[in-house]
Amino acid sequence: MIKTSLFAGALAVLGLGAPGIALGAAVTLNGSGSTLSKPYQEVAIDQFRKTHKDMKINYGGGGSGKGRQDLADAVVDFAGSDSPFKAADLAKAKGGAILYFPILLSPISVIYNVAGVDKLQLSAPVIAKIFQREITKWSDKAIAAENPGAKLPDTAIVVAHRADGSGTTQNFTEYLNGAAKGVWKLKSGSTVEWPSDTQAGQGSAGVAQIVKSTQGAIGYVDLSDAKASAVKYATIKNKAGKYVEATPAGASAAGDGIEVKDNLLFSALDAKGDKAYPITAQTWVIVYAKQSDKAKGDALKSYLMFLVKDGQGLLTDIDYAPLPKGLQDKAIKQVDKLMLP
Amino acid sequence: MNEPEIDLRGASDYKDRAFAKMTAGAAGVVLLILGLIAMTITRRSLPVFHEMGLGFFTTKRWSPPDSLFGALPFVWGTVFTAAIALLIAVPISLGVALFMTQVAPPRLGKPLVYLIDLLAGVPSVVFGLWGVLVLSQHFDLGRSFLTAGIILAIMIIPIITSLSREVIDTTPPGDKEGALAMGTTRWEMITETVLPHSAGGLVGAVMLGLGRAMGETIAAALVIGSALGQMTVRPLAPGNSMPAVIANEWGEAQDLHKSALIALAVTLFAMTILVNLIATGIVQRSMKRGQGT
Repeated sequence: MIKTSLFAGALAVLGLGAPGIALGAAVTLNGSGSTLSKPYQEVAIDQFRKTHKDMKINYGGGGSGKGRQDLADAVVDFAGSDSPFKAADLAKAKGGAILYFPILLSPISVIYNVAGVDKLQLSAPVIAKIFQREITKWSDKAIAAENPGAKLPDTAIVVAHRADGSGTTQNFTEYLNGAAKGVWKLKSGSTVEWPSDTQAGQGSAGVAQIVKSTQGAIGYVDLSDAKASAVKYATIKNKAGKYVEATPAGASAAGDGIEVKDNLLFSALDAKGDKAYPITAQTWVIVYAKQSDKAKGDALKSYLMFLVKDGQGLLTDIDYAPLPKGLQDKAIKQVDKLMLP
Repeated sequence: MNEPEIDLRGASDYKDRAFAKMTAGAAGVVLLILGLIAMTITRRSLPVFHEMGLGFFTTKRWSPPDSLFGALPFVWGTVFTAAIALLIAVPISLGVALFMTQVAPPRLGKPLVYLIDLLAGVPSVVFGLWGVLVLSQHFDLGRSFLTAGIILAIMIIPIITSLSREVIDTTPPGDKEGALAMGTTRWEMITETVLPHSAGGLVGAVMLGLGRAMGETIAAALVIGSALGQMTVRPLAPGNSMPAVIANEWGEAQDLHKSALIALAVTLFAMTILVNLIATGIVQRSMKRGQGT
């Protein structure tokens, strides 16, 4: 939301001045962007500051798009983003070449509210048909075929999605676009053309709230939001044909079954492997490869190292998945590529 | 002894001129800002018009992944919710304004003025959240055109009320007393003297309320439902309005999508300016007539 990001921006500005007065020659790092990674940034900053009292780090959220724009305009020191820069935008970035650091994986859960159904199994084509309103009843044959023995009521399906542009929508639709090829027609993006007989909620909390309060509703939110609102979520059929529950372990397994490019870009969606949870999103911290300020560059280096190494232990508690070993090693190596003056 | 007086006058002349220049400068800055805003947003909206042409205003579909942007349902949503808001707010506002000026004793009227002004000071997000929690959930209106219309009505009631009150207060007491002396009831006095005298000003007050209702963002975004392609007159259907779409989609929008959102802003800007111009025109014409009588 515009208002909250303005507020966060104002806080960040206030934060700039504060440590100078309180701690003398302190270093302040400012970041903004992905709201998916905001809970991790918050706990990580908390922990990191215990051992680095001379540094101050602010993370403003505001959405991945805002983070990339802020970094391109060089108004922040790092950006959080669930998707990479587009080549055209990168050409306009003020600070030149950039580095991507994957910091976490997050399962996107398909939440539902159907009385008497405590276990639900879904595949990508069925999810696609439900979300584009081709399947409109819970008792539909296609759903029954995946859930032998389940008592599916005749209730109408209510589809809930995000009203605001969102990285979660981006990843969810990208998953359907790939895993339900030929069935899914709405393509992928931070906002897509949802049918008009669906309901929209503000943020993940808004979607979860609709699902929680509406009999027959289905929606998609990050696992942490599903847990926070205590709604039921479905197990999803992965590429190997296995139904997998949305868990941090399933998301980490997805991170194992993917191809990672040299610049550490990848997509964890619809990954290979029996244990891989298929709707897994990822998020990066993006920084400029060449830092112009020695003190800031040093601080950034140690914070990045904390995010990809020691901080990873904090993730499972907040329902995110740590990076699998192979990816983590690559991220740790990437920290050395940061050039200081 | 005359000379110092001339000097003094000269000094005050100089100060007057400086003062005039300063105020003119301040007025100029406002115009400049308005002009710059119009220029920037128009320029940044051009890519979408290049792609869509005037189809931007006539297309019903809005699909960012297809680079297809039609503003029609959002224009409709803006007009429809504003109309619902006026339908609710105008009778209430006029009623309150007439009560304060014609019916209530002054010691009741004064606190009421403060109360109404207080309502005008409540941040719009508070109204929006109240709409979500009370209207949508408790009263089961859902997120819809009607919910948004009711919230907008509550937001514009203070504006229309306080403007109407001032307009009504300008009715010459002689006219009113004359009517009452002729033996009219209070109702007849109001319909025969007060309302005809202030008709123009009241229309102006309503139009300014309309302008506010069309541009309201956060409250509308929270309660309107954010449904695409809705061109219905069913008040309980979820819909969308131009400012709500901008607020919801701006954060993650890129390239042409961003340009399309800015084009919505241009459209809204043009519509509100038009409404305000018409309002000013009507008010000025009625003021001229008022001077004649």
